[in-house]
Amino acid sequence: MQQYLYLIPAMPLIGFLLLITGGAQFPRYVTAMIGAGSICVSAIIAITMGAQFLLYPPLEGVYHQQLWHWFNIGKLHADIGLQLDAMSLVFVCIITFIGALIHIYSIAFMEHDRDYARFFASMNLFVCSMLLLVMANNLVLLYLGWEGVGLCSFLLIGFWYESEANCMAARKAFVITRIGDTAMIIGLFLLFRELGTLNIREILALAPQYFTTGNTTVTWIALLLLAGGMGKSAQLPLQTWLPDAMAGPSPVSALIHAATMVTAGVYLIARMHTIFELSPFTMHLTAIIGALTLLVAGCSAMVQTDIKRILAYSTISQIGYMFLALGVGAWSAAIFHFFTHAFFKALLFLAAGAVIETLHHEHNIFKMGGLRKDMPLIFRTFIIGAAALAAVPFVTAGFFSKDEILWFAWSAAGGHPLLWVTGLLGAFITAFYSTRLILVVFWGERQTTPGKLPSSAMNIPLVILAIFSIGAGWIHLPHLTQVLPETVLKPAHPEEIIFQFIAIFSTLLGIMTGYMLYYLYPHTIRGWKESEGLMSVRNFFYAGWKFDQLYDVLFVRPFVFITQVNRNDVTDKIYSGIATIHLQLNRFLSVSQNGSLRWYVAGVLIGILFIITLQILR
Amino acid sequence: MAPISAHTVLIVAAILFVLGLAGVLTRKNIIFMLISIEIMLNAAGLAFIAAGSRWQQPDGQIMYLFILAMAAAEVSVALAMVLQIHHQHKTLDVEDLRELKD
Repeated sequence: MQQYLYLIPAMPLIGFLLLITGGAQFPRYVTAMIGAGSICVSAIIAITMGAQFLLYPPLEGVYHQQLWHWFNIGKLHADIGLQLDAMSLVFVCIITFIGALIHIYSIAFMEHDRDYARFFASMNLFVCSMLLLVMANNLVLLYLGWEGVGLCSFLLIGFWYESEANCMAARKAFVITRIGDTAMIIGLFLLFRELGTLNIREILALAPQYFTTGNTTVTWIALLLLAGGMGKSAQLPLQTWLPDAMAGPSPVSALIHAATMVTAGVYLIARMHTIFELSPFTMHLTAIIGALTLLVAGCSAMVQTDIKRILAYSTISQIGYMFLALGVGAWSAAIFHFFTHAFFKALLFLAAGAVIETLHHEHNIFKMGGLRKDMPLIFRTFIIGAAALAAVPFVTAGFFSKDEILWFAWSAAGGHPLLWVTGLLGAFITAFYSTRLILVVFWGERQTTPGKLPSSAMNIPLVILAIFSIGAGWIHLPHLTQVLPETVLKPAHPEEIIFQFIAIFSTLLGIMTGYMLYYLYPHTIRGWKESEGLMSVRNFFYAGWKFDQLYDVLFVRPFVFITQVNRNDVTDKIYSGIATIHLQLNRFLSVSQNGSLRWYVAGVLIGILFIITLQILR
Repeated sequence: MAPISAHTVLIVAAILFVLGLAGVLTRKNIIFMLISIEIMLNAAGLAFIAAGSRWQQPDGQIMYLFILAMAAAEVSVALAMVLQIHHQHKTLDVEDLRELKD
C-alpha cells in the first residue's frame, strides 16, 4: 500500500499543472472536473490508505516512501521522501476530505467568476503543498510545503485583484507570515548545526541524547520554531493578518484560513514535540500565547459586524486553544481539537459564503436578519456549526475536544489554574458570540431580500460537514499515542467530571447571555451604545485591540520615515561618487578629442618634445 | 670641394624638418599637409645620409632607400584616401573634416 503514497500529493499537482497550462482553453465543466476531481481522487486514496493503516498497522507505525534525492550538499541530504504516521494521517485525511468537499462547493460558488481555472489551479496547488507539508519526512521538504501554502494563501487572498484592498490584504498576510517563516528557517539552520540532520525521525531520536532539558540552544530552536508556527497559525502577536485575509473568496477562507493552513503551526509543534519537551520555558510560553490569543481574539469576535471577520477571529481564538493544549503537553488533545475544528469551521465558512452569496454580497450581519425561514437548510447547518463552535455539550464535536483541552489546562503537568480560567472565559465568550451570530443573522426582521438559493453542489458539502460536526466528537483518534507522548498529569489532580460540569456551565451561561442580550432584551445593547466608556471598549475590540495601529506606529511609520530620510541612499552615495569622478575626468579628457587634425599633430609634437626633454635631462 | 661636415648637414635636416612640421601645423589643405609630411621624411632621410657619411657606413644609405619606398607606399595610400575624402565631403579642408571627435 505504501508504494501509492506519492499519489496523494501527486493528484492535486497534476490538476494544478493541467489547469495552469491549459486552463483558459478548457470549458468550465472540464475545469471543474479536473479541479475538484483531482482532490476527490486524492481523498479516496487517502481514506483507503488510512483504513488500511488502521486495520493493518505497519510495523514501525509509519508508511514510508522515498521518491528521490532532492539535493546533497556536504552533510545535508534533502530527500523528496514521504511518510505517513498516525498524526500525518489525521491531517492528510482532513486536508483531502474537507478539501474535496470545499472544491465541490466551489464549483457552484465560483460559477460566474471569469477566472475559474485560475481559482482551481491555485486551490489544487495549495492542497498539494499542504499535503507535502504534513507528509514530508524531512524539514526541508516540510519547509517547501510551508512556503507553498503561504504562496497559495497570498494568491487566493488577492484572488479578486482588481480591488486594492484585497491586494493589500494579500500582501499583509504574506509579509506577516514571512516574519514567522524567517524565524523558522533560522531554527532549522540551528537544528542542522547541532544535530547534523533535518530528517524528522532522526531529529526526534537524536535530540534527547544530544540536548539536556532546558539547554539554551534547544530553547532557541524551540522558540524559533514556535515563532514560525505563530506566524502561520495567526497567534499573538502575529495574528493581525488573518481577519484581513477574509478578502478572499469564502471557499478559500474555509479551506486555507480555517481548516488547514492556519493549523500548520500546530502540526509543526506537535511534530517537533521532542524539541519542545526539552525546553519547558518554550512550552510555558506556548501555553501563555495560546491563552492570551484565545482571549484577545474572542473579545474581538464579540463585536465584529462582518460575518466573515467574526469567523476569522473565532478561528484565531480556536487555534489559541490548540496552542494552549500544545503548551501544557496535551498533544493529542490539540490534534483532536484541530480535527473537530476543521469540520465545524469549514462548515461555518461555507455556510457564511452561501449566505453572503444569496444576499448579494452583503457581509454585515446587522443587514441580514430573518433568514431562518428563507434559507432553512443553510440555517440548520449553520446552527450545527455554531453549536459545535460554542461547544454545546454532548451533541457536538467541539464540546469533546474543547472540554479535553480545558481539563488538561488545569491538570496536565504544565497546566496552571490561570490558563484554565482563561480557557473557561474564552469558552464563555465563544458561546456568546456564536449565539449572537445565529440570532442576528437568522432571527429578527428581514433586512435584505435573498436572491437565488444555493444549488445542491453547495448544499451537499454543507450537509456532510454538518454530520461530521456532530459526529466527529465520537471518533477517537487511535494510534496517536504511537507518535505523540501521553499527557503527563499532575500528581494530585481533581476529578475530570467537575471540570466538565464547569465547562458546560460556562458554555450555557454564554449562550444564555447572548440569548438575553440579542433576543429577549435587545434594548439593553441600545442603552450600552449611549455610554461612551462602553463604546470606546467596543471600538477597541472592534479594531482587533488596535494591533494594526500599534504596528503602524512601531514599525511601519518609523520604516517609512527612515526610507524618506534616506531617500538618496547614503551607502549608494560612495559608489555613485566614484562613478561621478570618473565621468568628470572623462569629460575633461574628451575635450582634447575635438576632431581637429592639427590639434592632434600638436599633441603628438608636445609628446615627443616631452620625451626628448626627459631623455636629455636624465 | 671640401667635405661638408655632418654637423652642417644635420642643421639643414633640422631646418627641413621644422619647415615640414610647420607646414603640417599651419596648412589647411590635406594635400599640402601630405607634402609637408614628405618634407619631414626627407629631413629624416638626410639625417641618415649624414650619419652614414660621418661613420663611413652603408647603413645610412640603405635606411634612406627604405624611407623612399615607405614614402612612396604611404603617398599612394594617402592620395587614395584624399580622393575618397574629396568624393564624400567635397572638401579637402581639415578644419571642416572634424567628424573624428567625442
